[in-house]
Amino acid sequence: MTLPYAIELASWACFSLGGLMLLIGALGMIRLPDFWSRIHAAGIIETSGSLFMLIGMMLQSGLTLVTLKLVLIGVFLFIAGPTASHAIANAAWVAGLKPHNLKKDEGILLGRKDS
Amino acid sequence: MAKVIALGLALLAFWLALSGHYTPFLLGMGVLSTGLCVYVASRMGLIDAESVPTQLRFSLLFYWAWLLIEIIKSNYQVARIILSPRINLGQQLVLVPTAQTTDMGRVIFANSITLTPGTVTVEIAGQALLVHAMTADFVPSMEDMGRHVAAVEEGKA
Amino acid sequence: MSMFAVALIAVFVSMLLVIARSIAGPSLYDRVLAVNSFGTLTVLLIGLLGFFTSRPDFLDIALLYALINFVGTIAVLKFVRHRLLGAAKPQHDIARKTNGTRETTGGQP
Repeated sequence: MTLPYAIELASWACFSLGGLMLLIGALGMIRLPDFWSRIHAAGIIETSGSLFMLIGMMLQSGLTLVTLKLVLIGVFLFIAGPTASHAIANAAWVAGLKPHNLKKDEGILLGRKDS
Repeated sequence: MAKVIALGLALLAFWLALSGHYTPFLLGMGVLSTGLCVYVASRMGLIDAESVPTQLRFSLLFYWAWLLIEIIKSNYQVARIILSPRINLGQQLVLVPTAQTTDMGRVIFANSITLTPGTVTVEIAGQALLVHAMTADFVPSMEDMGRHVAAVEEGKA
Repeated sequence: MSMFAVALIAVFVSMLLVIARSIAGPSLYDRVLAVNSFGTLTVLLIGLLGFFTSRPDFLDIALLYALINFVGTIAVLKFVRHRLLGAAKPQHDIARKTNGTRETTGGQP
């Protein structure tokens, strides 16, 4: 690898940050109490974890076709990821899985923000 | 017709990005398969404002940049909740009214809400979105996001 | 060089934690969520592995895996909800929705 030192350092920082976010997200999948909060932990894995990992790889490959492919993977992950999350959340909602510690009265705040 | 050409160009760019070999034979194959795809898509009546959203202008790119900052901010918040020694959540289901006029705008809004960790769109209830938030702190940022999406939507000609 | 190894180890440990959730998850939706995250992590693993062995052609496989992961998640959810993979049955769906708090299929996968 004959990359400039600064790019190497930035890539290293992105990899460690991305790895840290992945580990935090995976830890959240274990630690959080119910399904509805675990969705958000999965969101961490899907957004910032994969984002920083992909940026790190892009810095490694420079301005080549490989970077373009990484951008394509990133765009696809960022469009399909939330769609899949929403599909899972909606399926759980329709099946009657209700949030764990949600008080019944303040369940649905109708018209809370009338903008 | 403009949408057909736009779809063809997008597919051709996709082919060029994935192929990586630029010999005349492979380029010819790329053009051929692109043409076939566009023909089949137009025969199936798939080419409309939903599948080829050329009405979205460059303001979408600025919106993505803004969204990226939002995502990183809410990532930090969720990570702090996960790493806190005692997890206490105030989970909420909130009905968020949508200010968008088109289906595309509403989809962008709902997907952006789901993309930011801490909030997930659970269901689309008529004109409003049913959103699950991890704590009450995540609720106010959605109003701002809705305004941004409405601005992006107005970028349509 | 070694930075890819560190990143690979981070992805690997996350995969272990996520697969633990998909085995332990009380409801079916926990499992689907965990498997979806596992797929995202696999995409990253394939990409990083390509860089680690200095063969970036692996990225094509990673892109393909991302596509399959999405389609697979949607297919599982559709099968669970409609019990068939052909045409959807909207009436069936509405009947379930009005049923309110139907108990979920507890620990059964």
